[in-house]
Amino acid sequence: MILAEVKPAARPLSPHLQIYRWSWTMAMSVAHRVTGTGLYLGTVLIAAWLVAAASGPAAFDTAQWIAGSILGRLVLFLYSFSLMHHMVGGLRHFVWDMGKGYEPQTRMAMAKFTLVISTALTVLIWIVVLATR
Amino acid sequence: MQSNSSMRTPLGRVRGLGSAKSGTGHFWLQRLTAVANVILTVIFVFVVVALVGKPYPAAMALLTQPCVAILMLLFILSACVHMRIGMQVIIEDYVHEEGVKILAVMANTFFAIAVGAASVYAVLKLSFGG
Repeated sequence: MILAEVKPAARPLSPHLQIYRWSWTMAMSVAHRVTGTGLYLGTVLIAAWLVAAASGPAAFDTAQWIAGSILGRLVLFLYSFSLMHHMVGGLRHFVWDMGKGYEPQTRMAMAKFTLVISTALTVLIWIVVLATR
Repeated sequence: MQSNSSMRTPLGRVRGLGSAKSGTGHFWLQRLTAVANVILTVIFVFVVVALVGKPYPAAMALLTQPCVAILMLLFILSACVHMRIGMQVIIEDYVHEEGVKILAVMANTFFAIAVGAASVYAVLKLSFGG
């Protein structure tokens, strides 16, 4: 018996990012993944900082100097924002996990709140940091 | 009596593990660590902010407080479990070549364990007297 040759049909691919108009919910969903990935990579820096502290004063001073440099502060700022954004975005996911907040207006408002609250928390952290330095 | 129109065997339904054989294990563990992370992240931020600008002896005095060290350990463990599952989801979403995907998922696990082990070692070494 000769089996029919299976030819891949030239079907259209399912629509992806470039097809859709950007919305708040979509942007915050993408941001949740991006900040999650950033935090994932950032744990290397936390581990390195802790290992430096465990290695003694000289290594710790070097780590502190790097953290205090302009590049270090930029990374720390991005890390703190990612942490706050991912945390607030996670709280939003808890609401969805409980089966609530799926209405168009609600999810749009929650997406906007995610950005506003995470930005506010980041600014608050840095005000405290700069004030107590 | 309810009619059984499911294709699944009674044993399969009772086990409730689905075709992936692990059920909702990852889903639940991701939520569990997420709840823990919310609490531990807030504490972690307070600790880090308190450490800003402190010289080595003062910074170590804070970091080696039993309560602080225990909370740092919990944060590290919960964060590493959470980020491992999260990155595995991203890998499974975007890496479609089976061999590459398996290697990436393995590397992801190694990364999470290595980062976690290094951090735990450092906190314990400091706590137990440097």
